[in-house]
Amino acid sequence: MPPPRHPFRAGFRDCLPFVLIVIPFSTLFGVVARDAGLDLLQVMSMSVIVIAGASQFTALALLQDGAPVFVALLAALAVNLRMAMYSAALVPHLGAASKGARALAAYLMVDQSFAVAVRRYEDSPDMTLSQKLRYYFGCMAVVCPIWYGCTLAGALMGQAIPASLSLDFAVPVCFIALLAPLLRSLPHLLAALVSSVVTIGFAWLPWNLGLPIAAIAAMIAGAQAELFLRRRAARRAECTA
Amino acid sequence: MIGAGEFWSLTLALGLGTFLIRFSFLGLLGGRQLPDWLLLHLKYVGVAVFPALIVPAVLWPAATGGETEAPRVIAALLAVAVGLRFGPVGAITAGLATLYAAQALL
Repeated sequence: MPPPRHPFRAGFRDCLPFVLIVIPFSTLFGVVARDAGLDLLQVMSMSVIVIAGASQFTALALLQDGAPVFVALLAALAVNLRMAMYSAALVPHLGAASKGARALAAYLMVDQSFAVAVRRYEDSPDMTLSQKLRYYFGCMAVVCPIWYGCTLAGALMGQAIPASLSLDFAVPVCFIALLAPLLRSLPHLLAALVSSVVTIGFAWLPWNLGLPIAAIAAMIAGAQAELFLRRRAARRAECTA
Repeated sequence: MIGAGEFWSLTLALGLGTFLIRFSFLGLLGGRQLPDWLLLHLKYVGVAVFPALIVPAVLWPAATGGETEAPRVIAALLAVAVGLRFGPVGAITAGLATLYAAQALL
């Protein structure tokens, strides 16, 4: 795929489908946080300072259960540890940018912008650094304002949303929507399978520790499967040559 | 009820910690070339992390008190199948529509 002519607009457009998910997710956070007894300033501060929905829900749920601050903090940080892997995965693409641009990209790093941007970078390997940055910030220009705005809307609406709508299910559905387009080769499928199985096997571990274990096992499985397929293809090429 | 002191210390520490996680490799390694073996593994970050977030949220959701419910499992499986064929919007639509349909029927 050739590089997009207008990278910012292309990023904006490619991330638009996630509006369907970010709206319920952030609205839900606003509702839940008000329900937990936070005031408007507290709810908004958390969404602006942290911008990481899954960890905000985790921290809030634990504090509400009466867990000590450091336990809630460790659990929420563990949920966010996956972003260290996103950070590493973005180095080949955005690593040469200025420190300020990298810091802004880091602050804005969420699952959606990461998944959509890396997929595009791999599809269009000829993109320049400037195009890649504009594409990335185009993605975030969709997600970020909606994240803030709908947290506020949810906090103002309070308990007007009935629990029977099961809006919490928007969270896994969001991750499925991010995952499905990435499953495009046998090694990718195998990695996803290994991740699922190891997650279930280690579900008994505290503080989401199963997540990093499952992720590392899955990355090794995917990489080894790719190497295996490459070696097999090379052997076949030798035989026919 | 969550105390103000508890809330603000947690939020500020979580914000700082989360930023440091996000900035870790981008900030420290900016511009430097990563080794081939690491690049090979990093290709699989997305497919490695997302299932580990999806599986527990579908099988043991907090909203049901951790009980496995058939409508959620069916909706998740259908969302994956439709997402493979029709992309993110298909996955979202199929997932939520199936959940509501299954909850109404079962």
